Order: sequence, then structure tokens, then C-alpha cells
Amino acid sequence: MATASTGLPEHHVAHHFDSADQEFDSVKTGMWLFLASEIMMFGALFVGALVFMTLHPAAFREGAHHLDWRMGAINTFFLLTSGLTMGLAVIAAQAGQQSKVRANIILSLVLASGFLVVKTIEYSLKIHHGTLPGRLWHGEGFHDPFVHVFYGFYFVMTGLHGLHVLIGMGLMIFALIRSTKVRFNRGYFTPVEMVALYWALVDLVWVFLFPLLYLIG
Amino acid sequence: MIAHVHHENINYLKASKGLKNWLVTVDHKRIGMMYLASILCFFIAGGTFAGLFRFELWSPLKEFLTPDQYNQFFTLHGVIMVFLVVVPGIPAALGNFILPIQIGAKDLAFPKLNLTSLYLYWIGAAIALYSIVAGHADQGWTMYAPYSLSRNPAVLWMMIAAFILGFSSILTGLNFIVTMHNMRAPGMTWYRMPLFLWAMYATGIMQIFATPVLAITLLLLLMENFFGIGIFDPALGGDPLLMQHFFWFYSHPAVYIIVVPGFGIASEVIACFSKKDIFGYRFVAYSSVAIAIIGFVVWGHHMFVAGQSELADSIFSFLTFFTAVPSAIKVFNWTATLYKGSIELRTPMLYALQFLFNFTIGGLTGIILAILSVDIHLHDTYFVVSHFHYVAMGSTMIAFIAGIHYWWPKMTGKMYNETVGQIAAILVFIGFNVTFFVQLIMGSQGSPRRYYHYMDQFQIHHQISTIGFVILASGLFLALGNLIASFFNKSVAPANPWGAKTLEWQTDSPPPLYNFKETPVVTHGPYAFETEKA
Repeated sequence: MATASTGLPEHHVAHHFDSADQEFDSVKTGMWLFLASEIMMFGALFVGALVFMTLHPAAFREGAHHLDWRMGAINTFFLLTSGLTMGLAVIAAQAGQQSKVRANIILSLVLASGFLVVKTIEYSLKIHHGTLPGRLWHGEGFHDPFVHVFYGFYFVMTGLHGLHVLIGMGLMIFALIRSTKVRFNRGYFTPVEMVALYWALVDLVWVFLFPLLYLIG
Repeated sequence: MIAHVHHENINYLKASKGLKNWLVTVDHKRIGMMYLASILCFFIAGGTFAGLFRFELWSPLKEFLTPDQYNQFFTLHGVIMVFLVVVPGIPAALGNFILPIQIGAKDLAFPKLNLTSLYLYWIGAAIALYSIVAGHADQGWTMYAPYSLSRNPAVLWMMIAAFILGFSSILTGLNFIVTMHNMRAPGMTWYRMPLFLWAMYATGIMQIFATPVLAITLLLLLMENFFGIGIFDPALGGDPLLMQHFFWFYSHPAVYIIVVPGFGIASEVIACFSKKDIFGYRFVAYSSVAIAIIGFVVWGHHMFVAGQSELADSIFSFLTFFTAVPSAIKVFNWTATLYKGSIELRTPMLYALQFLFNFTIGGLTGIILAILSVDIHLHDTYFVVSHFHYVAMGSTMIAFIAGIHYWWPKMTGKMYNETVGQIAAILVFIGFNVTFFVQLIMGSQGSPRRYYHYMDQFQIHHQISTIGFVILASGLFLALGNLIASFFNKSVAPANPWGAKTLEWQTDSPPPLYNFKETPVVTHGPYAFETEKA
């Protein structure tokens, strides 16, 4: 089973599948359906934020004004670039270039960590200014009485997204470990592809979060 | 061909022994059986709570429950029955067992994920039970804000339970859809799939797309309780109506998650015991999918009196009428299947016919409630209670019981006593209709639901309803006892006791570990009874 080039064994198809293709197709269908349910979950939050924006446009604008769009832009850059490196990891996996897969995943991990660092800075600024949701709110100098609801949305949405970033990073580490155990090739690159798909969702949500929270107001 | 005695050819119940082997199994059949046992236990628990408050309502005054206990009991009845019985019910128990066999697969696409769903169900169930001792939850199963924002620990645990159970449901639906897309045996085209599977497909779509909205709603409710984020809480500038929109965006499709699997069982049983191909196969199949799609755009009909705009009310009302079309297509097609069929009134068929009767009432009362002006009168009365019990209990649970009796020989390898089964079926039919038909009448006269005290004029209605409950419960326990007694039956059930044509009947009872000794090749549709007669 082991090949001369990498010394890694090939993947075995699970007992209840007839072929590697069937296994790959199943995993991929499952992943897409899972992402669809994720989109429905985030979708509800977006609808909620838009409803709030309609009910209290002034509060929304005032809240958005206190976010730093430059930090959001840096994070957008981090996430989109990491999306690219994860895509490159998939291409490398299909070509069986094991070390290139690892390099690209590590790059993505670094970029994702960058995203979290910026997010942490933003959160600590918010805590410092007291612009926290609901009962925790002690922001000063705000005019609209409902700005704290904007920060309710801000923290729930970016928090849930941040949780997805963390999970995505965990999955990247999982793919990295797989890359030292199994040889990827045109017939088997499932773990890398699935992690990249999941990461694309993390990207996608952010691409809508950024303008909604930082730019529209 | 060389005959080998494989480990895989031993039936799944004997393939390995011991509790531990059951708890770590990835076999969809064992997982289905464990779901079935758990769900039936919760059905008894939920029913017990119903019985307790039904007896409390024997008179308008206090019988033996305080008003507080009464509120808790109807809440527990609702939460247990919705989240632990009817929503997971047919798919998790029967779908798990039957679906892979009906398409000729060895297992579901993700066996470990399937086991994960079961454990999530158990964890969710344990937390739901814990909420009973954590305090008293009396908010009703809908958990409307702002009443659910009072930081009541029992309510919080209940939300966490529902959140976890939601993920169990999503993963089951996902597993089913992937399996149907990728694991069908050679020759098993989409239009040769039994209609039970089309129903499972439609259900899966709703589980995947609607349940995440419940998840985020519950998450927001929890955040609102812990931090007061102000999204739903009107005192903090939030919008409680938004919570209702989110809740019903899940919970209306959930009504169809509940009932569509019942449609699937009705199609199987009616075709089998009429010994006829189902009338209008494609219409029945597509109508399941149509209901799944329309089910997503009618949630606002739960909120006609909640302060929605009149325009929204009219649109939701119109769309709700529209759901009657695919539902009616099904009812007419089942009836047309019966026409000139060689009908055998075996136990599963008796339940399927009850289903047809009850679902017609449940569906038509739904049309009445969709009329805006009428709904303002009927909103939050016993009419609504009766309507959704005709669907959730009278249709879904009755179809579930039909399915349990239909597939019992396949699942356990045992035949139950037919006469006792039929007597139980008749008792259930009488009991159910006595319990709930009278509630339509008192509801139409304006008797509000969830009230501890009621006006004297409704006492006779409540008493008839309670007597109906006793008949219904005795029928259900008789059916359960009959099924359990079958385990002491020494003879083994034949592979195909009903002469059905779908794949699960072409393998042993109970099936071998990997379902078939060799992968079946499908050459005809699921109800090809006519070809044999000719």
C-alpha cells in the first residue's frame, strides 16, 4: 500500500460504501447540506439586524459609527486571503503534493490567527468603552437610547462568527494531521476539500457581516 | 456462486451481544430500535402529563392540581410530545431502520453521525427531564418572549434541551438526504423509491433548513436571559414579535416535519393492504416536496392576532389555503388507491384508515383557521388545540403506530396477535375522536385553551373529553402490551408476511447485519402488485 514517494498509506473506503467515488460524493453532499443549514442560522441573525435597522435607524447608525472600519477591512483581507490559501491547498491535495498542502494550511492558520488578534483588540476596546450589549451596557456620550441593541447584534453575530473561525482552525489542524497520515491524490483529497468548504462559509458570512455592521451605518 | 457463511449474514439482533455492543453500535437498525424504545417511553410520559391535567379539568374547580401545577403539566406535555416524540418520531425510529433497506443500502451514509444524533437526543432528553426538577416551567412549549425572559432556570434548561435536540434532528435529516442521493442500489431510480422515502426526503429538507432558525432563536433567548442583549426584550428596546416570527419560521415547517413522515407510512400501508399500485405515484411524491416548500412561507398564520400588518395577514392567509392543495392531492390519491383494491383490514391498515379520517378533519379545520375573520374568533381556543391534535396525534402518531405494526415483523422477527391488535386499533379510533371532536365544539363556542378554571357550561365537554382519553389510553396500552407479548412468541415471522413489494420485505426478518446477503438489483416500482395478478 505504501508508495515510494511519500511513504504514506492510501485511504481505505468505509465498509458500507461501494466505491471511493460514492464515499466522496456522500461526504461532499453532506457538507453542502450542513453549510446550507449554517446559512439559515446566520440568515436569521441578518434578518433580525435588518429589522432592528428599520425600527431604529438612528441607533443603528450611531452604533455602526463607533466601529472602526479599518479594523474590519484588515480582517476582511485576512479572511479572503486565507480563503485563497485553502483553495490552493485543495489543488495541491488533488495533485498529491503533500508538503504544499501543509504549507498552504499553515498559511491559512496564520491568517486566521491574525483575524482573531484584530477581533480581540476590537472586543477589548468595546469593553473599555463600555459599549456592551443590554444589561452590561455602560457606554457614555451616546444619543440614541437603543444603541445597546446594535451592540447586542454586533456581539452575537461576530461572536458566533468568531466561534466558527475557531472551529475552522481546529478543522485545519485536523487536515494537517491527516496530511501526515494518509497520501492525498486525485481520488482522495476529502478532508482538505471539506475544510476548505467550511472555511468558505466562514469567509462568506464575514463578507456580509463587514458591510452590514461597519459600512452601511 | 459460492455460498459462504459470513458473519454479516447473521441477523442484526444476534450479530453481537450485550448492552455495550448496543451502545456503541453504528448499525442503523439497532440505532432505530433504540430510538423507538426511547420515543415510546417519552410518549407514555407526555401522555401521563396529559392524563393528569385532563382529570384536573373534570370540574371547573380544583380537583387535585394547583393552577401552578396545571400550567407546568401542560408545558411538560407540550415540550415532551413536540421535541421528544412527534418531531424525531417516525424519521428517527422507523426511518432509521427502514430507509437504508428500502433503497438497498448497507447502512446510512454516515453511521457514526447517526449514533451521534441518538446521543444528542438522549442528552437533550436528559436535560429536558432535568428541567422538571430545576424549577417550574410554565411558559408553554412555544417559549414566547418576554415571559420566557424571566431567568427561570427550568425554562433555561428547557431551551438548552430544545437546542441540542434540534441538532440531533438536523443531523438525522442530513444523513437521510445524503443516503438517498448516493447510496441507492442498482436500478433504484428516484421514481422507483417507495413513497415513504419521498416523505423522508421532504422531511429532511425541512429539518436541515428550518431547524437552524430554531437553534438561533433559542440561542438569542438564552443570551437575552443571561445578558439582556435587548433583541427580543421590549423593555430593552427589542422586538418580541421578531421572536415569534423566528419561532414559527421553524415551528410551522416543524408541523410538516411531524406530519409528512406519516404521509409516507400511509402510502406504504394503503398500497400494500389494497394490493394495488398507489394511484398517481408522482403526484403523491411531488406533493410531499410541495408541502415542504410551501410549509416555509406560511408561518405568519400563527400570528394573525399578534399585531402583524393586515397585508402580511392576508398574504399568509392566502398561502395557507394553498397548502391544502398538495394535502388534498394525497388524500384523494389514497382514496383512489383503495377503490377496487383487494382490501385486507389488518391492524396496520386499520390505523392507516384512521389516519385518513383524522387527517381529513385535521386538514379541514386548518383551512377554517386560515380564514382571517374566523381565526380571530377561534384563536387560542380549544378549536386550535383539537385541530393540531388531529394532525399531530390523530395523523402522525396514528401513522407511527401503523408503521410500528406494519414493520414489527421485520424489525423484531415476531408476529403480534392480530385480533388483539385490531381491538386496540378500534379503541384508539373511538378514544381519540371522543377526546378531541368535542374540543372542536367547545372551541367554536369560545372556550379558551390553557385555562385552569372554565365556565360551567363547558363541564360536559371536558368530561366527555376525559372519558375519551381513558378509552384512548386503554387502546394504546393494549396495543403496546400486544407488541411486547409478541417477544414471547416462539415462531419466527416470515420474510414477507403482508406480500409487500418494497425491498425491505425481500430480505430476512429480522434482516442480516448488512441488510442483504448480496446487493439487490431493482427492476420494478415499489408497488408492482398488478404485474403478478396478470
